[in-house]
Amino acid sequence: MAYTEEELKKELETKEYEYGFYTDIESDTLPKGLNEEIVIAISKKKEEPDWMTEWRLEAFRAWQEMEEPEWANVTYKKPDFQDISYYSAPNKKPKYNSLDEVDPELLETFKKLGISVDEQKKLAGVAVDIVMDSVSVATTFKKTLAEKGIIFCSISEAIQEHPELVKKYLGTVVPKKDNFYAALNSAVFSDGSFCYIPKGVRCPMELSTYFRINQAGTGQFERTLVVAEEGSYVSYLEGCTAPMRDENQLHAAVVELIALDDAEIKYSTVQNWYPGNDQGKGGVFNFVTKRGLCEKNAKISWTQVETGSAVTWKYPSCILKGDHSIGEFYSIAVTNNFQQADTGTKMVHLGKNTKSTIISKGISAGQSQNSYRGLVQVNSRAENARNFSQCDSLLMGNRCGAHTFPYIEAKNKTAQIEHEATTSKIGEDQIFYCNQRGIDTEKAIALIVNGFSKEVLNKLPMEFAVEAQKLLEISLEGSVG
Amino acid sequence: MDLKEKLVSSFMAFEDGLDLDHPVHEERSNAMKNFETKGFPTKKDEAWKYTSLRGLQKVDFSIFPKHETTLEYKDVKKYFLHEIDTYKIVFVDGVYSSYLSETTHDGVDICLMSSAFSKPMFQQVIEVYFNKAASKDESLTSLNTAFSKEGAYIYIPKNKMPKKPIQILHLATGNEAALMLQPRNLIVAEDNAEVQIIERHQSLTGNEVFTNSVTEIFAGKDAIVDYYKVQNDEPTASLVDNTYISQKRSSVVRVHTFSLGGKLIRNNLNFYQNGERIDSTLKGVTILGDKQHVDHHTLVHHAQPNCESHQDYKGIFGDSSTGVFNGKIIVDKIAQKTDAFQQNNNILLSDRSTINSKPQLEIFADDVKCSHGCTIGQLDEEAMFYLRSRGIPKKEAKALLMYAFANNVLESVRIPELKARINKIIADKLGVRMGFDL
Repeated sequence: MAYTEEELKKELETKEYEYGFYTDIESDTLPKGLNEEIVIAISKKKEEPDWMTEWRLEAFRAWQEMEEPEWANVTYKKPDFQDISYYSAPNKKPKYNSLDEVDPELLETFKKLGISVDEQKKLAGVAVDIVMDSVSVATTFKKTLAEKGIIFCSISEAIQEHPELVKKYLGTVVPKKDNFYAALNSAVFSDGSFCYIPKGVRCPMELSTYFRINQAGTGQFERTLVVAEEGSYVSYLEGCTAPMRDENQLHAAVVELIALDDAEIKYSTVQNWYPGNDQGKGGVFNFVTKRGLCEKNAKISWTQVETGSAVTWKYPSCILKGDHSIGEFYSIAVTNNFQQADTGTKMVHLGKNTKSTIISKGISAGQSQNSYRGLVQVNSRAENARNFSQCDSLLMGNRCGAHTFPYIEAKNKTAQIEHEATTSKIGEDQIFYCNQRGIDTEKAIALIVNGFSKEVLNKLPMEFAVEAQKLLEISLEGSVG
Repeated sequence: MDLKEKLVSSFMAFEDGLDLDHPVHEERSNAMKNFETKGFPTKKDEAWKYTSLRGLQKVDFSIFPKHETTLEYKDVKKYFLHEIDTYKIVFVDGVYSSYLSETTHDGVDICLMSSAFSKPMFQQVIEVYFNKAASKDESLTSLNTAFSKEGAYIYIPKNKMPKKPIQILHLATGNEAALMLQPRNLIVAEDNAEVQIIERHQSLTGNEVFTNSVTEIFAGKDAIVDYYKVQNDEPTASLVDNTYISQKRSSVVRVHTFSLGGKLIRNNLNFYQNGERIDSTLKGVTILGDKQHVDHHTLVHHAQPNCESHQDYKGIFGDSSTGVFNGKIIVDKIAQKTDAFQQNNNILLSDRSTINSKPQLEIFADDVKCSHGCTIGQLDEEAMFYLRSRGIPKKEAKALLMYAFANNVLESVRIPELKARINKIIADKLGVRMGFDL
């Protein structure tokens, strides 16, 4: 059936958030507000050692002195940080050995998301550390990983069981005073994942975590720390969906990656949080700090597919400290309706012969604003640094905007930097070509968008690529240019 | 007393000598208020992230030169493009030099802002155009507006074209230990008019000079304006050059900026397209050494459909020099079928040189062709080898490659003598003699 533009627009407007449901699990929630007592209470609840409490308090004190950043090309009503509950954990915290023991309601939630834990387990061989409202409730495949010496657990567990590792690496890449949201996260982070790959080990499976924001009025402050020892390899997946909420929800996560000599980390994200309704009401605020540190010969590769959130503020970065290290950033950011995204990357070249690649694809539809903001910095000692950046934007309709803010700073004469950006729309002739061959307009757009994003989709691990492709289609349904 | 306070307090003295009932005066006082509130931009302002004016603010600049100085033409001849006949508007320490100038009122008006402000016959043009394109928000532009008194006034009526190109030359004699100049130029080319202008700021001694210049250019329907900025000043001269260009339907405005010398140069080049089928060209060659600093800030605002803009900036940075390029293209919702192109290529020659580039796009229309490219690299070693294997010494080979790199921009200079002159400046800078014309 062929759609007219009007029909498509209408359908788009009425398109409900498919994953908007709310699981009723009793939660243990702290009162709203933020002060030193709350920070101490969070730390206590998690039975953390003193050094951790102190660390949080230091971050909190620094945060109090800081101001919310305003430089991003987004406008939103600032969240009231005293009107958020900073801790919410599912009440029962049983330890399961098999999935049968898991709360059936929880399993139901995941089924609705189309991510069945056991299915993933069987078919894809993925160990899933499910984070539901901040506390990890199910960890699978732990045994297999343990045999290799890989530690993959929640960060609170890691603080208990591997304090020396956490102490050594936490906050080394994203210092607790790094920026407003990172400081906030450092003070109040409730949980997250910790992953440690020992020397020379190649992680046999893709590690993944699914985040969900579930409890009404709770902010989510995830903390992820991935450490890859010398010569190791790990591919880490992160995917998110959130239930429909009217109130704006705040998400300020921090992800730190540490790739020691010759190690490689591949970090992929599919983000599909509730973007707000067609009037621009509600939706998740996503203010994330992600950064990786590369030692000698190490490689960090960020891949992200951003389709959700009302406001996205996210710059996965690489610090190429060691000689011959490599940083990569592949991104697709889709915005529709009133969504706003300001996303990009930072590549800081410090070591000699370092290389970085940036491929960013922005797709804007409806009345959304999509910005690429990136920094490529070559320091004076980074001999022979090489960068290639490409930012392509696709506009659908004339009510949306696409922006590019690339910062390029070179202090070394041997640096070779290339930056390219283009802006285009879906060609009428391309649609006509598809229509002529019996492909309706909507499918044609999905096809063209998929083609446009292929370079990035290709970088995703298989099982994620399929999901991401589906997401792209859902988010753009009906937005004919 | 810092520079801001000094400027604010001397504004009153400046007002004394003026006709306070003149309509322009209100603009001046408003601008002064804006400057008073905003002050000099700092590195905290996004637009001045890479360029600091702090050093300049510590210098005790004299704001009104004490006495007039006469110069002999032969002493300053080399700063003129003397190979061809031109109209000349010359200022010495900010004061008009009738002796060195050649103005006209024959069909076109090529004269002074001071007479345009005072004579009733120009009143209408001043009312329609003065301060209409310049920003009322930007603090340095406001500062200039507040002190606007002298500069070049060029008015080309409908269907006219001056017989020869126009040179605007600002000379600083060095009679003052440190001098601040604030020339204000107004250039109006009415419908279907055409004009070629060359502008140069030149300091004659090693004394400190700080020029904060504002030029407004208005191009009527189908008008053609070619504007060349030659910036090859002494290493003690700083320049903030604010240019605002407002274009009407089917007009063509081309601005070439050659930044080859000076201590600190900041070019704010702003194009506003207020009609369809407009063509705007912004090109620049920057070759720097020592501790020089050049900052190119360009803005092209596409506000109407079917327009084009072309930007091409080439930079070569040696020693401890710093280059900044910030190019911004804004495409409004209604500006469909816009074709905007922006390119910035840079070569770093030394380990101490720095380049900061920020090519920026802000696009609100969907049916547009916008692209930008930015590269930072070095001279091609293979090309170098090729030349040297054919017996060309290293220095010359390097110069040749640099020429080739900058040639795209030079090619579009439409006054051959000017092109030759710039080639010569570049050759001098590179310390080579070129046996041919490029």
